[in-house]
Amino acid sequence: MDNRPVLVDRPTFWRAMWAIVWKDMAAELRSRELISAMFVFALLVIIIFNFALDLDPGTRTAPSITSGVLWVTFTFAGTIGLNRSMATEKDRGCLDGLLLAPVDRSAIYFGKVIGNLVFMLLVEAILFPIYSILYNVNLFNPGLIFITILGSIGYVAVGTLLASMAVQTRTRDVLLPILLFPIVIPIIIGAVKGSTAFLQGLPMSEIWPYINLLIVFDVVYTTLAFLVFDYIVEE
Amino acid sequence: MSQKSRLLTVLDVITLFLLLVATWMVFFYAPMERVMGQVQRVFYFHVAAGWVGMLGFLVAAVAGGIYLATANRKWDIVEVSAVEIGMVFALINVVTGSIWARPIWNAWWTWDPRLTTATIMLLVYAAYLMLRSGIDDPSRRARFGAVYAIIGFISVPLTFFSARLFRTIHPIVIGSNQPGATGQFDMSPLMVQTFLFSLITFTFIFIVLLWHRIRMGQMADYVEELKLKIGDQ
Repeated sequence: MDNRPVLVDRPTFWRAMWAIVWKDMAAELRSRELISAMFVFALLVIIIFNFALDLDPGTRTAPSITSGVLWVTFTFAGTIGLNRSMATEKDRGCLDGLLLAPVDRSAIYFGKVIGNLVFMLLVEAILFPIYSILYNVNLFNPGLIFITILGSIGYVAVGTLLASMAVQTRTRDVLLPILLFPIVIPIIIGAVKGSTAFLQGLPMSEIWPYINLLIVFDVVYTTLAFLVFDYIVEE
Repeated sequence: MSQKSRLLTVLDVITLFLLLVATWMVFFYAPMERVMGQVQRVFYFHVAAGWVGMLGFLVAAVAGGIYLATANRKWDIVEVSAVEIGMVFALINVVTGSIWARPIWNAWWTWDPRLTTATIMLLVYAAYLMLRSGIDDPSRRARFGAVYAIIGFISVPLTFFSARLFRTIHPIVIGSNQPGATGQFDMSPLMVQTFLFSLITFTFIFIVLLWHRIRMGQMADYVEELKLKIGDQ
């Protein structure tokens, strides 16, 4: 009789992380509720802006207006996505199941971050051409896309952490924007200024400060969230 | 429950005395600033309150870190006490700043990086208190509070540097002068003395308040314990 303990094949960090990303993608592919909600909401925000700011053909193509409207839209739509993504984990006890799995907690965090980032970038990718048509501006600017990706990474990195906190409170959905917005203001400033600079075609020397700010933000918040995520999901 | 410590009573009296002296110094000891006049006197308590606000948030972030490492409830009480005191003084800082800015900048408010950062910082800690009030389980409340206190404190310099990408008009009294700043002045020795005295006074106020607030937190815990005991019987 072999009395050695059975060695369970403990999944590696990468495999655990990709399993979570894959799970989110598969669930989204079947229900399509997260992306469609984010997208329709974002479209409504853009339409409301058109009337709220009374954008006439002269002002609506101005770079500062374009990047401003875009980033407010991304910020709001992102909140909806983050809330939904964490709420589905919490609602049917999925999070408890994930926590019971013999994987590194940070794999869960990075899995959720990548999932949320993919959703956010997808919505942005759909919005860019629509915005270009509606407002008659050309958004196919590699610099602008680069800034959008950098901004989204930081937003999602800290947003995923705060959303997993918010869903465990009594006030849930209401709390996420209140927790998230004051923390992401630096990234909104950097992203709006950087996007405006690219749309205006300024020289790179004037754009670097914003790119650097975004990179610093991304690195600091990803590291921090990685360090404290264990305490958020601990029971 | 422990009795009020004698040292705390002594500190109460010292702090009250220091505050009276500091107020006297601000109004009668420090000379009048030539260009701005009386309104410049707000500067002494304005900077001191800002300092206590930052000190409170720093203490909260450090206490939060220690709480996460040790899970000792004492540090949770320190953290929430420091945040509450920090918020009051940060608010005093913003309000006194506005009073000074009205005659000097001709506006109650400008979107200067320092003003913006101070206000966003207040909002971060308002969110902190709302987060705590939304959680019933004490250990989860303490963990989430600690995490948010740390993230919030780290976001402050980032907010400042991002807002600084716009031009600033806030005077920098200590350190290098900035061209374009409105309301700049050099301190005379009497002003420096008053200023340092205000800083020390406000630091004392912070320590005393923090001590009282921690005591209150411990008593609240004790009351909760007693309530549970009665409920069990």
